[in-house]
Amino acid sequence: MCLIARYLEERGIPTLCMGTALDIVKFGWPPRAVFMDFPLGHGGGPAFDPDRQLAIARQAMAAFESVQRPGEIVAVAQTWPGGHGWKEVAEDQSADDVRQPRDMTVRYQREEDRRLAEAAAGG
Amino acid sequence: MPVEYMRTIREKYSKLGYTPYGWHQATEPPPWTPLAKPLSACRLGMMSTAGTYVAGQVAYYYKDDASHRVIPSDTPVEDLRFSHLTENYLPDTRRDPNCAFPMEPLRTLAAEGVIGGIADNFFSCMGAVYSKRRVEEELAPAMHAAFVAEGVDVAYLVPL
Repeated sequence: MCLIARYLEERGIPTLCMGTALDIVKFGWPPRAVFMDFPLGHGGGPAFDPDRQLAIARQAMAAFESVQRPGEIVAVAQTWPGGHGWKEVAEDQSADDVRQPRDMTVRYQREEDRRLAEAAAGG
Repeated sequence: MPVEYMRTIREKYSKLGYTPYGWHQATEPPPWTPLAKPLSACRLGMMSTAGTYVAGQVAYYYKDDASHRVIPSDTPVEDLRFSHLTENYLPDTRRDPNCAFPMEPLRTLAAEGVIGGIADNFFSCMGAVYSKRRVEEELAPAMHAAFVAEGVDVAYLVPL
């Protein structure tokens, strides 16, 4: 994501990166970023909480204008509603690995999506 | 304290015998393009690296898939799907796509006038591409061309 942000910015498109992994965002050093201390997969906010999702998007958008120094990362003032337990899970080395196999198989969320895509392709 | 994802993931993958993901370390300060006008007059583009697709589109594969999908910004959120190497981060966003693909909040902010408007199409790719070369030579140029075609003034990038 940071590589793409830098690529776009270099070619004249101002970018803003949302980040929930601070170390990874710092490593990639994008032009403008916001950091929100939420579990990965929640850069838009917690599920089924439209008020909070809107507040997050509003705060993030403000960073387009408030960040004036290249590389600055602005904190989004939001607290994950479920407490800090998720951090222990995220750092748990003994947890089962759930990464899927890295291969060329197309992985659909639902089996019906495969049928729809194949029908759209005339297959 | 923020979670140390890079250390955690490196150690875990190493124990499991996986090749560690090679995050790109930027060594030069980032480039900079100032906004040409106020955000309230800007057309916003958005890209997610969550492996988003619309029901009916082809999903992603998990070994260096550098393709992207065009997601019309008026797509009903119930038609959004997700396909990503690390499916363990997807359960919430598969129930509520706004978790990682903030479609409805951005539509609301455009309606309010906080942003000037949103592009007709948003984009997604599957972020877990291990090949930096493929990101630099395929994905990034494709995303740039796509944003230019949408006539965006600013681009918001949201990770999984």
